[in-house]
Amino acid sequence: MFKCKTVWNKLAPLARASSTLCLQNARKSALRHGRRLEMVQKAQMSSGPAGGGGENTLYYVLIGATCLGAGVYAYRTVSEDKDRYNERMTEIVSRPKQGPQAAEAVAEVVAESKEEPVAEEPTLTEADVESTESEPIAEAPVTKPIVEEPVTEPTVQASIPEPTVESPIREPVVEASVIEPVAEAPAVTQNEEPLAPVVESETEPTAVIIAEHVPEASSVSESAAVPKAAPAAEPVEPTAAPSDVPEHAPYLLIGGGTASFAAARSIRARDPGARVLIVTEESDLPYMRPPLSKELWFSDDPKAIETLHFKQWNGKERSIYFQPPSFYVSPADLAKVENGGVAVLTGRKVVHMDVRGNKVKLSDGAEISYEKCLIATGGVPRNLQVIERAGEEVMKRTTLFRKIEDFRSLEKISGEVKSIIIIGGGFLGSELACALGRRSTDVGLEVIQMFPEKGNMGKVLPEYLSNWTTEKVRKEGVSVITDAVVKNVTYKNDKLEIKLKDGRLFKTDHIVAAVGLEPSVDLAKSAGLEVDSDFGGYRVNAELQACSNIWVAGDAACFYDIKLGRRRVEHHDHAVVSGRLAGENMTGASKPYWHQSMFWSDLGPDVGYEAIGIVDSSLPTVGVFAKATAKDTPKAATEQSGTGIRSESETEAVAGALKAKTTATPPPIQQKEDYGKGVIFYLRDQVVVGIVLWNVFNRMPIARKIIKDGEQHADLNEVAKLFNIHED
Amino acid sequence: MSYCKQEGKDRIIFVTKEDHEAPSNAELIEDDPNDPYEDHGLILPNGDINWNCPCLGGMASGPCGQQFKDAFSCFHYSKEEVKGSDCVENFRSMQECMQKYPELYPQEDDNDSAPSGGADNAPTASTSTDSLPTSSPDSTPAATENPAAS
Repeated sequence: MFKCKTVWNKLAPLARASSTLCLQNARKSALRHGRRLEMVQKAQMSSGPAGGGGENTLYYVLIGATCLGAGVYAYRTVSEDKDRYNERMTEIVSRPKQGPQAAEAVAEVVAESKEEPVAEEPTLTEADVESTESEPIAEAPVTKPIVEEPVTEPTVQASIPEPTVESPIREPVVEASVIEPVAEAPAVTQNEEPLAPVVESETEPTAVIIAEHVPEASSVSESAAVPKAAPAAEPVEPTAAPSDVPEHAPYLLIGGGTASFAAARSIRARDPGARVLIVTEESDLPYMRPPLSKELWFSDDPKAIETLHFKQWNGKERSIYFQPPSFYVSPADLAKVENGGVAVLTGRKVVHMDVRGNKVKLSDGAEISYEKCLIATGGVPRNLQVIERAGEEVMKRTTLFRKIEDFRSLEKISGEVKSIIIIGGGFLGSELACALGRRSTDVGLEVIQMFPEKGNMGKVLPEYLSNWTTEKVRKEGVSVITDAVVKNVTYKNDKLEIKLKDGRLFKTDHIVAAVGLEPSVDLAKSAGLEVDSDFGGYRVNAELQACSNIWVAGDAACFYDIKLGRRRVEHHDHAVVSGRLAGENMTGASKPYWHQSMFWSDLGPDVGYEAIGIVDSSLPTVGVFAKATAKDTPKAATEQSGTGIRSESETEAVAGALKAKTTATPPPIQQKEDYGKGVIFYLRDQVVVGIVLWNVFNRMPIARKIIKDGEQHADLNEVAKLFNIHED
Repeated sequence: MSYCKQEGKDRIIFVTKEDHEAPSNAELIEDDPNDPYEDHGLILPNGDINWNCPCLGGMASGPCGQQFKDAFSCFHYSKEEVKGSDCVENFRSMQECMQKYPELYPQEDDNDSAPSGGADNAPTASTSTDSLPTSSPDSTPAATENPAAS
């Protein structure tokens, strides 16, 4: 079918051209005809039919000629392709190769190929030929299918086409890899014939599988099994032996971040013995991101950068990794470990998703089939166009901050350079600015933060609070430049020069761009999933489901929130909550997004806030404040509650009742206008849709309740009373 | 004395403690205890254990998750006079499993309290990897000390 498609693609422009040509001809002749008719009418139809006939002939001749031309062109293109293909084949054959099998296979291929688009062919057979180890595996005709086949992906391993339409299972092909003995030889059946007719339909090359998964596969295979023979083994990858990729994972989680881990935990909790496979592009096991821009910068431990451990305010140390490596099962063992487990396949990207076939294809060609799949691919940091256009030297000195390696690299750079500019005034930009600002005094580093808004968190906090925050950030040692739109960036005299639209010029050694996140929706096309045009990300329903067996969670999910409408949230707690929910729904819970996630930010030791719901500064707000005392700081909050990060105390706490806390002595109130602590309500149509708790902590359940109620409150001061802002 | 001001679309109210002393007359909707969607604590409304409770951390999902679930379920449904005394075997196998993963379930050195210490430490140990409030997990392992000790 893909053959036809590519053929059509080649012909389409042609067809279009010729059809438009025809159309134009038709119109022209019709017009002429029309006019002629008119004239003819006036002239009492003297030469009506005759004239019309003349016109017709011309018309037919023109059409015929164009069609003929099109046909000739098509034939020539296709035969050229075929020639090119054959040349390529012979060229490949002439390359040094290992087994006779390869040649056989290739020869067969060459022999059997008829006219078809050649784009994919070379890659397929190339793979066949790349056999570095010979094995006692049945040879033969791997590839008749090529005749009709949609060999779309290059596979490094031996490719075995298989019909996917009838039987969406593949048997594991045992190959004598360097690792596994060919113990389960029975799995290897060489049976070409059935393949041939069956192959008429779509087939795809599959990866070679390890022996272990024979039992797995056999349970899955039907009687009309499609045996395959691997003509050649793939070369062992430098990164990881391809044989450690399981062929099938009941629960497949694409992406190895917070949402994915939360889902894995949820699945394991609800489905005893579940086998969960996480496939991640990163080389690290799942970890949490908030400390990368907060706690890890404030750590006294010089080894923290290496170990990624950090001491929390209360002295308890923990790692940013959710679990140590011993928690996970190795992917190779996943199928056979007794009580199931969670396996993480690092350094692999899922590049293609076959939704009807329930399988995915990795960047190295391996295929994994699944029963339930979660897409938790998160996103990649956005970059400024001016930086991208500015060239290599500028790009080399720009950090897009997201991963562990970005943190390590920025940390190192902060000790080496004299000046860093952070572009972006949101959460990440402000937190990094404060973190670097703190260092600035120690190491003589100039830290500048610039953004188009009027103040830090300008899109989140109401103006008065944003201004107040900006002052605090300045106190942390950061030079904050507001109303700054970057016009261009150049590299000159070993310095980066940033020119703003208003003409101001800044020189620096390094740039950190924190200008947003682009959700990763690469799989949307192959999977046929909808991408939201307003918020970006995969569009999913209230239960985080995109289609039958596919869910999406985390930064990449644009979901329907029953209370607050469609949204996409890029916060840590949301990743945990949505990941957990997706995991529950993957195990049959069918629950909508209900538990509102929260987020928080600390800008230095004095300013900290927690927030929930839609916190958009363009909404009307009502803020109720009291004066903050020394007790009302993020540090104090964590010390008091005895837990580490505030995110933990919030998400890991048992769902509790709304208890107003009472403490011994209330702080004295002063009449100065200072936004020490308070609560800010964000309203949409008189209903509270978002709440910011400003330097008041451990009140999130109350805030959550108010949003969940969705009521119109006449006096928000009364609602504010529920928070007891004057007490600790 | 509290006062209020308006900055554009944003309203700001400053309140004293006295102003907030009177109880709030804001109306909140009654919580439905049987709300199927609401996150429940450790115990679901129907009496079952909520294995997905964040309070359990990674206990039910780790390598020893099955053993933990067996042991804890047994304890939860135990009708013995000394609750859980019929579950010694389950706890023993859980203990054995946890000893295989010292990194995940750090053990106490004290031999006497080893069985209970293991169970005791397991939930609290996982605070090093994920966090737990100290309240609820303590109550459950503490109770398990009985069968283990006896």
